Parts: sequence; structure tokens; C-alpha cells
Amino acid sequence: MKKVMIAAVAAAVTMLASGCGEKQPVTVYKQGQYQGKPDTRPWDNEPFKGDRTAWEKAVKARNGGQNEYARAAN
Amino acid sequence: MARMKFLCDAERCIECNGCVTACKNEHEVPWGVNRRRVVTLNDGLPGEKSISVACMHCSDAPCMAVCPVDCFYKTSEGVVLHDKDLCIGCGYCFYACPFGAPQFPQDGAFGMRGKMDKCTFCAGGPEKDHSADEFKKYGRNRLAEGKLPACAEMCSTKALLGGDSDVIADIYRNRVLKRGKGSEVWGWGTAYGKPEKGATPPAGAKS
Repeated sequence: MKKVMIAAVAAAVTMLASGCGEKQPVTVYKQGQYQGKPDTRPWDNEPFKGDRTAWEKAVKARNGGQNEYARAAN
Repeated sequence: MARMKFLCDAERCIECNGCVTACKNEHEVPWGVNRRRVVTLNDGLPGEKSISVACMHCSDAPCMAVCPVDCFYKTSEGVVLHDKDLCIGCGYCFYACPFGAPQFPQDGAFGMRGKMDKCTFCAGGPEKDHSADEFKKYGRNRLAEGKLPACAEMCSTKALLGGDSDVIADIYRNRVLKRGKGSEVWGWGTAYGKPEKGATPPAGAKS
């Protein structure tokens, strides 16, 4: 009877203590997967037709356009 | 290409709300939803500072971590997007976001929350690029047109920079060196944490 009581108390303590555990609130990226539909990459469409280099060149030009020191020098 | 980020220069922002207007107009955002807004600190006092705030597309996005239906995804360019077909409008992401970015349009007669809406870095959503469905749900996909977000490109003082993190950090660093002050970048530390390998943070990055 005493052994059963000890086992019951141990189980209860374990269950109570497990409630104190804290799960780390960090994102677990599932290799780019999620539950929804897959998205296409920005260069996989009409203007760029899968040409990643052309897309990067276009974005780079736009990025540079934000630097007015460089714009003023030209 | 490095990942896409936003950077707001509080020394330059004049609280014109041009970025807010550009965003609203570009995506035809419904009434009551503000994907971007301008926040002024110490308003009316000498030395007041304004910053333009929207989704920062965080490196370790808390919205992604708390979403119970796993409707968020991150593109290879580091843009945090979500699928409105999966969103249940629970609002967890709103509580998790340090920038208050997630917005919920009123849906129904009794103030029921609709599906979450937020800044997409002008990158649309999982629908087909440039389709009517994509525009209706997420707005225009400028990134797929080889353009940067309308808010940053429209900014008259170039206070709001958006794009490749290496490039915008470099622009900001040169700017700080030239003017010799105002090196704080509000929200940069909160959104992007420690610099990713190979990337250099702008001078005086501040949480």
C-alpha cells in the first residue's frame, strides 16, 4: 500500500512539475515548407521569365536609386 | 543577394505620411487597415522624432512562431508572407508582433475580425504572380516586377529605405558619417537581432 502511495505521489509531482516547463518561443523553419500553397519566386513570371540575374540587376538598380549621394554624383 | 529589410532614418523622417499614402494607394488597402503608419515620439516637443513602421520582415519572426495554423512562410529573399486562405483571424500574431504590424479588417456586423492583413514588402502572396486573386488578397506584387516597396521608393526625404540589407545599411552608414549624428536605427535590433553571417549592421543599430 505504501509503495502504491509513493508511486502515486511521484506521478503527481512529475505531472505538476511538467506544467512549469517552458517551450522556447522560437520559429522552427520546416525547410521552407508551410501548410499553404507554394509561392513562385519573384523572377519566375512574365517580365523576367525565370532569369534570376536580370531580376537581381533590376532590384540592384532600384536599391542604388535610394542613395541620393550616388545619384547627385552622376 | 542578401535578405530584404526596412530601415527608417528618424533624422530624416518629416512625418509627411507619403509612405502610408503610397502603400494605401498601391495595394488599395481597405478602410480601417493600415499596413504602414508613421509614429512620432515626443510629439510637439523640441527634438521630436518620427519613424515609419510596418512589418519589418523579422529574421526570427514571432508571428510565424505563434501562428496556430502555420499560415506564414518566408521567401528566399527573407520576406515574411502569409496565406489568407489558411488564416483564421485569431489575432495571436498581433499580440506577438513587436511592431503592431498585423491588421484585421472588420468582417461582419458585430466587429468580427477578418483575415489578417499586413505589409508584404510589395511581394504579393502565394497566389499566381500578377493575378487578380493575388491583387485582391495581398495587393500588388512589385518585387516580381523588379521593383522595391512603394513606400520606400516614394519617400521624399529617403528616410525610409527598403531593399537588400547590405545596400541599405551601406547607404545609411555613409549618411551617418557625412552628417556626423543620428546613428540610431529604431527597430533594427528587435527585428533583425544579431547580424547574419557576412552582413554588416549599420552604425549605431538600436532596438
